[in-house]
Amino acid sequence: MKKIVAAVLAMMMALSCFAFASAEDAIKIGVIGPMTGGAAVYGTAVANGAQIAVDEINALGGIQLALDVQDDEHDAEKGINAYNTVLDNGAQMILGTVTTAPCIAVAAEAYEERVFMLTPSASSTKVIEGKDNVYQVCFTDPAQGAASAQYIFDHKLGTKVGIIYNNGSDYSVGIYQTFIEKAKELNLEVVAETTFSSEDNADFSVQIAACKDNGADVVFLPIYYTPASLILAQAKSVEYAPIFFGVDGMDGILTLEGFDKNLAEGVMLLTPFSADAEDDLTKNFVGKYQQAYGEIPNQFAADAYDGVYALYQAIQNTGITTETDYAEACELLIAEMQKIEIAGLTGTMTWAATGEVTKTPTAVVIENGVYVGVK
Amino acid sequence: MISFLSHLVNGISLGSVYAIIALGYSMVYGIAKMLNFAHGDVIMVGAYITFCATQYWGLPPVVSVLAAMLVCTVLGVVIERLAYKPLRAATSLAVLITAIGMSYFLQNAAQLIWGANPKSFPSVITLPTLSLMGGQLLISGETMVTVLANVIIMIVLTIFTSKTKMGRAMRAVSEDKGAAELMGINVNATISLTFAIGSALAAVAGVLLCSAYPALMPTTGSMPGIKAFTAAVFGGIGSIPGALVGGLLLGVIEILGKAYISMELGDAFVFAVLIIVLLVKPTGLLGKKVHEKV
Repeated sequence: MKKIVAAVLAMMMALSCFAFASAEDAIKIGVIGPMTGGAAVYGTAVANGAQIAVDEINALGGIQLALDVQDDEHDAEKGINAYNTVLDNGAQMILGTVTTAPCIAVAAEAYEERVFMLTPSASSTKVIEGKDNVYQVCFTDPAQGAASAQYIFDHKLGTKVGIIYNNGSDYSVGIYQTFIEKAKELNLEVVAETTFSSEDNADFSVQIAACKDNGADVVFLPIYYTPASLILAQAKSVEYAPIFFGVDGMDGILTLEGFDKNLAEGVMLLTPFSADAEDDLTKNFVGKYQQAYGEIPNQFAADAYDGVYALYQAIQNTGITTETDYAEACELLIAEMQKIEIAGLTGTMTWAATGEVTKTPTAVVIENGVYVGVK
Repeated sequence: MISFLSHLVNGISLGSVYAIIALGYSMVYGIAKMLNFAHGDVIMVGAYITFCATQYWGLPPVVSVLAAMLVCTVLGVVIERLAYKPLRAATSLAVLITAIGMSYFLQNAAQLIWGANPKSFPSVITLPTLSLMGGQLLISGETMVTVLANVIIMIVLTIFTSKTKMGRAMRAVSEDKGAAELMGINVNATISLTFAIGSALAAVAGVLLCSAYPALMPTTGSMPGIKAFTAAVFGGIGSIPGALVGGLLLGVIEILGKAYISMELGDAFVFAVLIIVLLVKPTGLLGKKVHEKV
């Protein structure tokens, strides 16, 4: 018995030595996001997209990067645990977190401890507000709301707009508020503003009826895809077919298991990434992603891919090595992020000192179960 | 007027789902005198079994629902045998906590087996939407089937409990466990049978719930379960018609409250009803007042 225990312990020691060895020659990036739970589609997409970028960079032979992916289950408390785990594992910077609520919690900790964070997809302004160490690859919520209103107005998608948002979610409320503001500015008529209060809400008959009875021909859905899938199904059962317009939270609806893709026909969403784009960068990425993970990458995967390249560029320019500790790396990266320009999958990006990104929004429409760029 | 009618229809649709779930709560409470908080999660299991049967094994809807009923019946009996029976002599608080524990166990087991990603439940009901008043009032196939299923189950259960030997045994156990045992009724078997029926109903409820609201995840059963419990208390827990009345009224109150008072407070109305009922008529609308014998 003792011998077995000793052998196991020796094995574990040997393995832990290997773990250290691999950590020593690569710059460690902590990735935090929901790998399980209701928002897992986003987290796994980020982890997969980031891995593709890391593999490409490591294949170049220069600076080597290593990812340490930890699950936060889209929960603030578990986000902090994941954050502590990646730091314990020696992360020098963080790519994450993926969703807004945990990101706000983790960003506050990271600000205190001086850890650089680049979130691919947490889009609330609360994530970056007052924190010089947090940057975003995606649009902020306000930018998404205002850009959606502008898009609906510019492309004359409809004359009467209905909104269904989740007033229990920072993400949804943030987008809703700037959408309304922009809509007023543009004289876009909003005929129904309806809400629900939790992600678990199942019955949307009242909200749909309010939009339908007021004659809304565009319904703006600044919400995640699970409630959106219920709204689409229930709207169909009352034969209501406006243009549904979503934002990044809608991304992922086509990967929902068992979902009748016909329901999403004609749904539009604001996204800086469209997998059917013809440029070489997108084709390369989509090809590799499909080969590795068997599905078409969504916007989150693209944001993560761009995020890794932004970090790579900044690491190169600042000369960060595996020896640099996270606090030192943080100050170097903060200064560098404002200087770099990245031509990525989601457009050409530059960053302001606030951590906010600048790039052009585009929209896609779902046709025959795939995203198609709007011409 | 039309919009009021369509809210009413939606309320009845939601309420009849609550009613079927409430039946399971009520029956088990009536006979075993315990609140089976895992009932909502048995519903979720039933929905997952149906999902797997139709999506992965390619079975026709009717067979899938029967398979789900079978699995849930076995599950219900096993839960009763393992988790509740050893505690039959314990305080009701201990049983209540065990039931809550069982509820979490089922949710986590489902997450382990089927993953935490939500699934979109393909409706097993193919009935077309009924269009009334020149297309202004639409009643979906799911609503009609749910209401119909409710009525049928209610009638069958009422006949079962009043006419059959087993049903009479159930009522006897519910009245007085000790006396029933002295009369030669097998109390354990009767309680197991109650769990079996309650769980088979849960499978049907799961299919109807997810057909109307097609998002399926490990926590799918918990909120409707709690609301149905409220409905059971509202109608008078332990009473079969009470569950129907309570469920329907609660669904209508929730939808009308959301439509005409405040959209954010939909859930609050449901629980406000629970508080008011407990204050004004603790036995519920159709509940019987039982005097405690000293």
